[in-house]
Amino acid sequence: VTATRQVVYELSRPEVDAAGAVQVRPLTVPLEDEGTLAAEHMLVNIGPQHPATHGVLRLVVELEGEAVVRVIPHVGYLHSGFEKLGEYRHYNQIIPLTDRNDYLAAPSNNVALAQAAEKLMGIEITPRCQVLRVIACEMARISSHLVWAGTTGIDIGAFTVFLWMFQEREKLYNLLEAWTGARLTTTLTRVGGLMADVPDGWTDELRRWCLAFPKVLDETEAMLSRNGIWLGRNLDVGVISGPDAVSFGLTGPNLRASGVPYDLRKDRPYLGYETYDFEVPIGEHGDCYDRYLVRMDEMRQSTRILLQALDRLPDGPINVADPRVILPPKSRAMADMEAMIFHFKQVMEGVAAPVGEAYSAVEGPRGELGYYFVSDGTAKPVRWRIRPAAFYNLAALPKMAEGHLLSDLIAINASVDVVMGEIDR
Amino acid sequence: VTALSPSVAALRQQFGPAILRAHVSCGDTIVVVAADRAKEILGWLRDDPGQRFDLLVDLTAVEYRDRERPLEVVYQLWSIGRRAFLRVKVELAKDAGLDVDTVSDLWQSANWAEREVWDMFGIRFRGHPDLRRILMWENYAEGHPLRKDFPLRGRFSRSEQVRQALSGALEAHYSSEELSIRQAQGGRP
Repeated sequence: VTATRQVVYELSRPEVDAAGAVQVRPLTVPLEDEGTLAAEHMLVNIGPQHPATHGVLRLVVELEGEAVVRVIPHVGYLHSGFEKLGEYRHYNQIIPLTDRNDYLAAPSNNVALAQAAEKLMGIEITPRCQVLRVIACEMARISSHLVWAGTTGIDIGAFTVFLWMFQEREKLYNLLEAWTGARLTTTLTRVGGLMADVPDGWTDELRRWCLAFPKVLDETEAMLSRNGIWLGRNLDVGVISGPDAVSFGLTGPNLRASGVPYDLRKDRPYLGYETYDFEVPIGEHGDCYDRYLVRMDEMRQSTRILLQALDRLPDGPINVADPRVILPPKSRAMADMEAMIFHFKQVMEGVAAPVGEAYSAVEGPRGELGYYFVSDGTAKPVRWRIRPAAFYNLAALPKMAEGHLLSDLIAINASVDVVMGEIDR
Repeated sequence: VTALSPSVAALRQQFGPAILRAHVSCGDTIVVVAADRAKEILGWLRDDPGQRFDLLVDLTAVEYRDRERPLEVVYQLWSIGRRAFLRVKVELAKDAGLDVDTVSDLWQSANWAEREVWDMFGIRFRGHPDLRRILMWENYAEGHPLRKDFPLRGRFSRSEQVRQALSGALEAHYSSEELSIRQAQGGRP
């Protein structure tokens, strides 16, 4: 990641103490120069219904003039109790819930759940399934980053990006729809396999898209990366240092933009990611601009992975050959006594997992997306925990935004890439 | 992988009887440590040059269907430099008060995570700077939803839930006391 960095504007900042921390003056404490408007702190409530909060996020902001003194995020408006619901469902029945967790990257969530359940049950998936899951994960990453780039453009006042990005996202969603029948709620995986193989001619369509897409990225970067307004809104805005980012539990592009090279695809490889040739883009300043550069480059790398996966996609079954885990085809269940028994037992009793616990994570578009199952030997988990990357990322928002202008808060919030479904669960 | 992580031997040497048990499940090492020394042990795991578990990946809790089993607070640790994973657990007996020391001064990420565990399980974190509910609203009266004795549809009837939701003072959510809520919660256990 390289770019010419120069400070374009000098912005006013609120008072800081000797240690560099922003001076917080609680509203309840009377101010010395009471009576003048300039001394009064203002309280601004943003959200939960506001286009710049990317969902039902509510931010209570204390302002001194236009400078942000304090940000208090309020979350939970979209809380649906997924983890509780999961305790009453078979492992495969949980998969539709994962679509609604991070709804901008449902395939990543589907894969994360199947992977954790398979780790718990000791199931090895087939080679074709592995490659198809890689394809699904990278498509999810690109489509999620496209939404991020588009909405960030809108937040900062660049409408063209939104149109260009959503045009590409539409093509990806058409492909996902042809594969799974749904655009957002894909419910793609099953424990031990996938809900369906890709249709005929699908891989050629995806390859055509992969070859055309980098040009769109080039055009977008040509429009943004040296754009004076874009630089002014992003350079040195929302800085978080590497050690701070680690302490806040940031993962994914937000962490890597601060210069910490942690990517699960490299550090804790799954689905055979260690056999693909790709790079992990790393920033160095940890500001909005580096987060932008990292995500744009990640889309390019994901396209590389997609092309490699298409090249190596092996023939063969998508599901493991275990009738206790995978439902028999409907035609066999209707004609063959044994198949019908397996069908009946799976639907009525589910698949029992051995006593134990498994934590398994994938590198989602927002960082480490971990699924943690605890089993007591029955077909329903005792505990299903989602390690929500966006939740931890959002917790660092006050750290990044305090001391900046209110308009910068919008840019920083956009650059953190929150998705409320995953935060509130 | 069925071998214990080498961190376990180092922990036993350093803390002796405070390391209660260790086993491997699905390839990951799980260490159960004494609740009253958990913070010290976690701090050592973070700072010791041989351990360097600098990323608190996740902090959560588990309650089992077996009513006799204690609640568990689960710390998922990852060392970015060493690429090593370790799961540390603290057991809290249900009749002995659900309290454990906060680690939010060791890792900032624990701040919200501990708030969520308090909200969902009712486990209190001693020394936490801001232990408020996070996913449920502040005056939520039905208890802690992820506890096993909490019914799936909530404790109150549907009509009571609607009544409570509509009876709240909306102004309370948009007042200037909002910002000093931390001070207002000072008397909270």
